Amino acid sequence: MLRKRLALVLAAACLALALAACGSGEKKAEEKKEAPAAAKQEAPAPAAGSAMQVGFIYVSPIGDAGYSFAHDLGRKALADVPGVTTSYVESVPEGADAERIIRNMAAKGFKVVFTTSYGYMDPTLKVAGEFPDTVFMHCSGYKTAPNMGAYFGRIYQARYLTGMVAGAMTKSGILGYVAAFPIPEVIRGINAFALGAQKTNPKAEVRVVWTKTWYDPATEKEAAKSLLDVGADVIAQHQDSPGPQEAAQEKGVYSVGYNSDMSAFAPKSHLTSAMWNWGVYYKDVVEKVKAGTWKSSSDWWGMDKGIVDIAPFGPMVPKDVQDKVLAAKADLLAGKDTVFAGPIADQKGAVRVPEGQTIPDADLLGMTWFVKGVVGATE
Amino acid sequence: MNPDLIVPLLAAAVQSGTPVLFATLGEMFTEKAGVLNLGVEGMMLCGALAAFVTSLYTGSPVLALAAGGLAAALVGALHGMVCLVFLGNQVVSGLALTILGTGLADALGTPLVGRTAPGFGPLRLPVLGDLPVLGPAFFQQDALVYLSYLLVPAFWFFFARTRPGLRLTAAGEYPAAAAAAGLDPIALRWAGVLGGGFLVGLGGAYLSLAYTHLWTSNLTAGRGWIAVALVIFAAWRPGRAVAGAWLFGGIMAFQLRLQAAGTTLPSSLLLMLPYATTVLVLVVAALRRGASRGSDAPEALSVNIEPED
Repeated sequence: MLRKRLALVLAAACLALALAACGSGEKKAEEKKEAPAAAKQEAPAPAAGSAMQVGFIYVSPIGDAGYSFAHDLGRKALADVPGVTTSYVESVPEGADAERIIRNMAAKGFKVVFTTSYGYMDPTLKVAGEFPDTVFMHCSGYKTAPNMGAYFGRIYQARYLTGMVAGAMTKSGILGYVAAFPIPEVIRGINAFALGAQKTNPKAEVRVVWTKTWYDPATEKEAAKSLLDVGADVIAQHQDSPGPQEAAQEKGVYSVGYNSDMSAFAPKSHLTSAMWNWGVYYKDVVEKVKAGTWKSSSDWWGMDKGIVDIAPFGPMVPKDVQDKVLAAKADLLAGKDTVFAGPIADQKGAVRVPEGQTIPDADLLGMTWFVKGVVGATE
Repeated sequence: MNPDLIVPLLAAAVQSGTPVLFATLGEMFTEKAGVLNLGVEGMMLCGALAAFVTSLYTGSPVLALAAGGLAAALVGALHGMVCLVFLGNQVVSGLALTILGTGLADALGTPLVGRTAPGFGPLRLPVLGDLPVLGPAFFQQDALVYLSYLLVPAFWFFFARTRPGLRLTAAGEYPAAAAAAGLDPIALRWAGVLGGGFLVGLGGAYLSLAYTHLWTSNLTAGRGWIAVALVIFAAWRPGRAVAGAWLFGGIMAFQLRLQAAGTTLPSSLLLMLPYATTVLVLVVAALRRGASRGSDAPEALSVNIEPED
């Protein structure tokens, strides 16, 4: 009898320990402050003259290559802004937990809170209603409020340029693209990549494999391998892990990275990466809030403002290809090219965008069709 | 289909099946001794993390592999404590172990996400590796895959032909008889829990040392649960475990290749395939078992050994 009871207690203790372990990772992250003294005070609003607190919420661990890593580089760039301290919480699941953590930051007197993943949109909106004096900035969504702005960057411009590099470097004419989820943001990126590739290699085709994960290196690597098996000799990706890069390097073919410069993961295969540079935007927002000139808006910055760029070319990219891509970049910067300028046909060959027209932003944000030359399903 | 597509598919099936195979054999080993351990997923993750950390800091994949096995065995020992010492419910304890293992690996491993560690790379076997079709499919893999080739017959031999194997089986089938024969069934079950835990850890280590050379939270992505299901599918026989693991790996690899080949089927349907197959296979296995009116499971599986006082 006694033993049975003991066993029950032990099982309960085991469960409790498990829960504690689940919770502790998050708590630890919450305490990671850049300037602990200023950040830990519980006062609802910091006294005048004290540092302005800026918080960031990430959906995945920062690691050293992916989506959250790129946002964290942006956060670090705020170190140059005087009178601002920053802190972050990583690995916050999209949902109820997110709302609690966003509210926590607002209650602690943070002046600006950046929520960096799509699924944080509704929690952010809800908390924004409760804390009218705090500025909330939500990444990649579409809902705004008087004290909540939406923002994203035109990463497709960078993908277009990386597509040009890939098109110039492929021998088989088949480019592999490991993609996370069939949502407009990812589809837009694939289309831009394909249009870029066709600019340097009109016959280039882009084969898409969906993994339905943002970060599962094993599956993403396997997906890349499946593309290599059908003859792809450049692997591009829209994932948060460098798994596809690893597969490309092992096979001895080229790869194009995403989020940040992925050359460290596959130095022999890395042509370039489409990368984020959130720092310029974060500085702009924080400085405006400091000056009291910030107004809620929906921002979609482009390469001209420096929010997206491509990583330095790998040594295997010939000079003439580099020059061509840099010339195209200059055209984008000058507004002479918009990536999605007609004529553009869809997968079946039907013309979607006639000559002389370009796809308006609203359609880009809801894009659910592939351009000609992309092989794969859009769902 | 032409061989150019079949061969890489076979190779991928073997590779993505290998971590599941190790875990399946580990769970089978533990269950043979009469202990049901549903903590495989959590133990695999702890094994994967321990292996990754060891490789990162020592640079030795072999040492890392051992660390992965030991870490999982250590986590499994918690299950042994609950079930063998305190006679707790094996199902509850196993589930708790999965939650604990996942949380622990997540909490400890977060700072390592995104780093790469040395591990096992492809190793072409002489002679065998040059065979047509079979060579590239089965003998140009990494060292751990070859280890799994050896492990399966060894596993069979151990339980079918050796005295310690029979004793473990006795502890799982009829512990009272084992005790009457002068054996210590509790000690035997401990051997089952720890030995099986070690093998499960190798499965985890495979993910972070050979399949990828990365660590991330939830690297196993449900493979531990597949292993638990495959033990039942395999009817506690190692040969069938190979079939099950490679089938699962094969379907996983197949659906990705189907996409790469340019299918227009929705990817959501394709991604369901490995899991739908697992369910189907379990149903078929259950129906067959119903027809033969017998059970392949160890007789005393998940039944604790009560003291006689």
